[in-house]
Amino acid sequence: MIRINCPYCGERDHSEFSYGGDATIKYPSLDSSEKEWTKAIFFRKNIKGFQLETWHHTNGCRMWLEIERSTVTHEIRSVKPCHPDLKKVVENNK
Amino acid sequence: MKPSRLKNYGKINRNNVLSFTWDNKKYKGFEGDTLASALLANNIGVVGRSFKYHRPRGIFSSGVEESGALVTVGLKDRRDPNVRATTQELYDGLKASGQNAFPNVNFDLAGINNYLGRFFASGFYYKTFMGIPPFEWGKGTAIWMFFEKFIRKAAGMGSASTLPDPDSYEHAHDFCDVIIVGSGPSGIAAAIEAAEKKLDVILVEQDSIIGGDQLSEYEFDSSHIENQIKNLGIKVMTRTTAFGLYDNCVVGLLERVTDHLSLPDKTLPRQRFWTIRAKHIIVGAGAIERHIAFNNNDIPGVMTVNASKHYLNRYGVLTGKKIVISTNNDSVYETAELLSEAGANVTVLDSRTNFEIETNTTFEIRRGYVPYNINGSKKIDSLDISKSENINKSETINCDQVLLSGGWSPAVHLLSHRGVKPKWDYENACFLPSDTKENITMIGSSRGLWNKNDCIASGVAGATDALNRLGISKTNYFFPKPGGWKNPIKPLYEVKYKKSRSKSFVDYQHDVTSDDVRLAHREGFISVEHLKRYTTLGMANDQGKMGNIIGLSLMADLLNKEIPEVGTTVFRPPYTPVSIGALSGRNVGKHFRPLRVTPMHQWNIDHGAKMIEVGLYQRPWYYPKENETLSDSYIREATTVRKTVGICDVTSLGKIAIQGQDSTEFLNRIYSNGFSKLQVGKARYGIMLRDDGIVMDDGTSWRLAENEYFMTTSTGEAAKVMSWLEELLQTRWTNLSVNVTSVSEQWAGVSVAGPKSREVLNNCVVDSSVVTNNNLPFMGVTSTFLKGKIPCRIARISFSGELAFEVYVKSDFANTMMDLLWENAKKYDGCLYGLEALGALRVEKGHVTAAELDGRVTIDDAGLSKMASTKKSYIGSAMRKRGVLKNNDREVLVGFFPANLKETFNAGTIVCEKNNIKGQGIGRITSVTYSPELRHWIGIGFVKGGLYRWKDTTLVGADPVRNKQMNLKIVSPHMVDPKGEKMHA
Ligand SMILES: [Zn+2]
Repeated sequence: MIRINCPYCGERDHSEFSYGGDATIKYPSLDSSEKEWTKAIFFRKNIKGFQLETWHHTNGCRMWLEIERSTVTHEIRSVKPCHPDLKKVVENNK
Repeated sequence: MKPSRLKNYGKINRNNVLSFTWDNKKYKGFEGDTLASALLANNIGVVGRSFKYHRPRGIFSSGVEESGALVTVGLKDRRDPNVRATTQELYDGLKASGQNAFPNVNFDLAGINNYLGRFFASGFYYKTFMGIPPFEWGKGTAIWMFFEKFIRKAAGMGSASTLPDPDSYEHAHDFCDVIIVGSGPSGIAAAIEAAEKKLDVILVEQDSIIGGDQLSEYEFDSSHIENQIKNLGIKVMTRTTAFGLYDNCVVGLLERVTDHLSLPDKTLPRQRFWTIRAKHIIVGAGAIERHIAFNNNDIPGVMTVNASKHYLNRYGVLTGKKIVISTNNDSVYETAELLSEAGANVTVLDSRTNFEIETNTTFEIRRGYVPYNINGSKKIDSLDISKSENINKSETINCDQVLLSGGWSPAVHLLSHRGVKPKWDYENACFLPSDTKENITMIGSSRGLWNKNDCIASGVAGATDALNRLGISKTNYFFPKPGGWKNPIKPLYEVKYKKSRSKSFVDYQHDVTSDDVRLAHREGFISVEHLKRYTTLGMANDQGKMGNIIGLSLMADLLNKEIPEVGTTVFRPPYTPVSIGALSGRNVGKHFRPLRVTPMHQWNIDHGAKMIEVGLYQRPWYYPKENETLSDSYIREATTVRKTVGICDVTSLGKIAIQGQDSTEFLNRIYSNGFSKLQVGKARYGIMLRDDGIVMDDGTSWRLAENEYFMTTSTGEAAKVMSWLEELLQTRWTNLSVNVTSVSEQWAGVSVAGPKSREVLNNCVVDSSVVTNNNLPFMGVTSTFLKGKIPCRIARISFSGELAFEVYVKSDFANTMMDLLWENAKKYDGCLYGLEALGALRVEKGHVTAAELDGRVTIDDAGLSKMASTKKSYIGSAMRKRGVLKNNDREVLVGFFPANLKETFNAGTIVCEKNNIKGQGIGRITSVTYSPELRHWIGIGFVKGGLYRWKDTTLVGADPVRNKQMNLKIVSPHMVDPKGEKMHA
């Protein structure tokens, strides 16, 4: 079971969160070609080890989080808000 | 075998006599007994019949590893099969019976299987019955299915009750610094050490009292330790099994709250399923004594040596009078002494020749001797023994009990759950736990320590390890070296018997013999995992706690390899069986999942609504008048809507407030159709696509102000859409100034539909001019007041195809709104209508819902190409054009009529071409209804190529599940008022 330290709510059980996906994907602009979108949507790395991923605190503050998690051990290295403005707020409050 | 209760032995309470029933006969036992100890004290030797051969079986152990005494406890809806008699505490009135036998375990008709052994050898089922499906459907499979019911009956375990479970179960959670599994000497030492260093400690014990193996010591009294432990603030959980270890130091526990009580408090759950989140886990789960495989090693009266010590000193039961102990290690000698002191005649056969042991002389030690055959059937008559495994020189000893010790296996199960492979230790002939980076420490005999002082030292070391790893201390510690016997153990797993067809059991519970293992090897199943599956070794509910190592050693022997080269099987949770009831906890019946109701739920019921579940919501299904059936009712309701007016609760739709200066831009990006030119005071139907170009959801968005919208979504996708909008704003379009808020619960909504709907609303609003055709045109939105000054939002939106309005008020005003609307609708002979009529109305119009938008359908498939803007880019706009979604052969939305209009059909019907009725056909019917307007059944669904390919062809609807077939005519999905004149009226 994974415990996630939400920057807003504190440490909570993973059952409060929903997994999003790969947080490193740069989604192309809406007018980009089918080719670029195909790359962004369908091609995923299958990382063994730490990967950056998004999680949604669905049953909490509703924040989308950027989490560094090991796919092998579930160890979590960092939890940050996805939104850059919120990220700054959290960093300034440290 | 004549066991008897000894006067001065045991920790049972002789002042509390308990009566219990075994196979319909009454017996007596004492408080502190297990069912097994009480059965032994009553001289009951045969307690079950084996799985395949129906051989009489007795009690092999005194704990969770039991693989013989599996019994059924309780009656009727509380009938619990496969209960280990060795761990079932006795209570007054307990009713237990043997299983796998007819009429009873002493006289079992299926015992004939014992003589038909060759039919039950491993792989027999596979080879004989399975055929080679799927290539030979109906051949092997049919034979198997024919025989299966007989074989399952003959070879099976006890049967579970089919009645609803009357007990309740609970899920509970807790946190601690250190959880310690097992309250033996090591676990208690660890708990005390950790608690003295101010850690928050939970100590878990599967038994009813703490002490672990010390409970088999004559003088041991747990009450002193209990007090000490409680004073230190340690939380002790007895009758609680740590059945699994999970990520991040999570331990799953099963607490048996009332299984030991004759009259449990009804407010208590039967069992509690605990999720413990610890910072560190210490496992002192002990070790399990192994038996030895030789012919007839399963005759009642065979037991592990340590079990007889427990029966003697914990329960005061001497399990035999003339006892032969067979061993390959030092651990049995203390027991031999105790048993002979207690009055038994004891002989020890030690397979070793050179060893030194200090004992009193009251029992005989025969060096270099092994047993190779037991004579007897329901009880032991005598034992054939020989020297040095050379059975040419044999002799026979008369005895009534044979105790076995083939060595000890540390309980590494919990560590194995974490994927840590144990390592084979040649010196101690057992698997030892390997190190792990996780915060888990193994202590006591589960790390291969055989003497008590070493165990205690390891407990202190384990607690220190925990403190160090938690960063609380930096103290040096050391663990004692595994082992601890004076003389080395000499591996002994099987004594071969030359007579053909010997029954030398490796796995008692699944009746796997050493010959089965050899057969598996001959047939090429040499990987341990294959061996397991082919022979079912270790796959019974004891999970091979006693027999696995013997099976491995036999396979190693056959392959000329060492045990570690053959491998070890991976233990998976649960350590001991966990009931399904405990897993589901309170999530049963009505509480299976959350229930959502609308604010006018009671109002709907009071007005005659029959309810139906839609997702988590309870929604009105239909409002029957006297004697009306569902179809009478919905046909009347739908007819009334088309003729006059109807009112329908639509609160369950998702509702999202979208605010901020970039709201319009935001909507324009997420909807496939244009939103940039939507005026304030107007609503628009919109479709959202996923990134991959497939339809995600549809709904309406109302522009309430320059920068404020009110969005509705479908009932089923509301939560998903909300998360999606948040994801886009927080991860992708972080520069947009938009705020989204779920307001689904805040607003109660109804649809007022039908030609008279405007007149009804006219009577309900304070200012009737707001709902005129001019002031509120089609798709117009207004914020106004219902009578009684109730603020409301009204949009002229139609799902039914009629002139219709959606009216929303704050949830608190739901009932007032319903009263008001209903009072006025009645004046026009209106009706309340439910989901079934709503469905009929929308199918007539060819409107899609979740049944059609199933996550595979594109805008074009749904016939909504006009909703895809060509003037802008939006989510999914690039991907909806990809080749596979543009294929001419895609299934496209159409309408269906039965070719013979008197016929009916069901949703789920597969659409096929004539003379080619097979497989997935060329389409499917997704929604059907009787159309009150057209007066026959209609449907919508999908067909490859769509209307223009098939409009002049008769197709076939195949419904194999209902054994139905009908001819179909393909029509436009817009079956009633295709031009939409009514809703614009
Ligand atoms: Zn949060």
